[in-house]
Amino acid sequence: MSTAHYDVAVIGGGPGGYTAALYCARSGRSVVVLEKLSAGGQMATTDQVDNYPGFDEGINGFELAERMERQAQRFGAATVYAEVTGVELSACPKRIESSEGEFTADAVILATGASPRELGLPGEGALRGRGVAYCATCDGMFFKGKTVAVAGGGNTAVEDALYLSRLCKKVWLIHRRDRLRASAVYHRALEEQGVEIIWNTRITALRREKRLTGLELEDVNTGARRELECDGLFVAVGRVPDTALFAGQVDMDGAGYVAADESTRTSVPGVFAVGDVRTKAVRQIVTAAADGAVAAHYAEEYLLSLAEGEGSA
Amino acid sequence: MTPVTITKENFAELVERAEKPVLVDFWAPWCVYCRRIGPAVDQIAQQYDGQLVVGKVNIDEQPELEERFQVDTIPTLLLFRNGQAGEPLIAPGSKAQIVDWAGL
Repeated sequence: MSTAHYDVAVIGGGPGGYTAALYCARSGRSVVVLEKLSAGGQMATTDQVDNYPGFDEGINGFELAERMERQAQRFGAATVYAEVTGVELSACPKRIESSEGEFTADAVILATGASPRELGLPGEGALRGRGVAYCATCDGMFFKGKTVAVAGGGNTAVEDALYLSRLCKKVWLIHRRDRLRASAVYHRALEEQGVEIIWNTRITALRREKRLTGLELEDVNTGARRELECDGLFVAVGRVPDTALFAGQVDMDGAGYVAADESTRTSVPGVFAVGDVRTKAVRQIVTAAADGAVAAHYAEEYLLSLAEGEGSA
Repeated sequence: MTPVTITKENFAELVERAEKPVLVDFWAPWCVYCRRIGPAVDQIAQQYDGQLVVGKVNIDEQPELEERFQVDTIPTLLLFRNGQAGEPLIAPGSKAQIVDWAGL
């Protein structure tokens, strides 16, 4: 396979990645976005995005992603559906190995985002798509009229439980603590929708016959065990950043997020981190997009310094 | 080639009697993740034109095919060689994963 060179390579085609690509392309730089599946990342599985400014009636997440891709394309940014398998971020130029061949770039923008965290129970992987799911708006329809449980206690878990309560016969919310981390506005909605909360409880095993049939539960205070029959389990226990590829090459925090301040500059010159993958307080589409613009600015500064022979990499 | 629409009426002709392997994508309009893998599946149809044919089954319109191949979650991909389906690939996470699974 051949090697293609770009001024800037963006790894990941979510809102952070495509905004960076848009800004870099508009500055006249050659840019490639390497995306493993299709535009949008986590945003693409959101049915309705209501908090991205300018879309007063809301917009489907996948459609918003397609628009961002087309917008970057309009100014010349290329997209390759490639899964990145390895990187050399300190090399000059920086190298990226992928399922579609090798790429080199003077600057690299990390925009790989995050994925849902798994419970880590035996058989969980095999049951994915067979009763165990991680996205209520994606898979909820399969459980129409059925009984499901949601694991978690944050905003995502509560939103999932509410969404599912409109489709399913019965929804249980299983939380290991005695109170929800979710915003107070949700509490009454849960009650009104008939979602039943099982407090102070963790899931210890998944029961199955070809597909999920139920859960084994344990009360974290008393140790009492019980079984809960259900057709589906939606796991909403947080996210993990997709940074395994960069381990040992850029500084990360304890949770695996790429360390970078609001400038998006990482510990490696010429490498920037945008969106959910970066250490930051607020992970939203609009903050990911903002990161993209900032990264493009500092990437441009870096590229100019390289041209002047003052690059530190 | 762009993906072809597979129905219970044309299944025997387009899939069972096909000379080349046929990658069949079971999907539905309401399935969010199906939309996400759509561009990758379309691109595979173009990129590997001549090696395989890509077909799409809308399970809402083709419940008989959904039942026959025991598709209980979507997106599910099945690869037919000489009319025989291999192991399904459920909700792939990348284009590369589909290419690997299909042995391309």
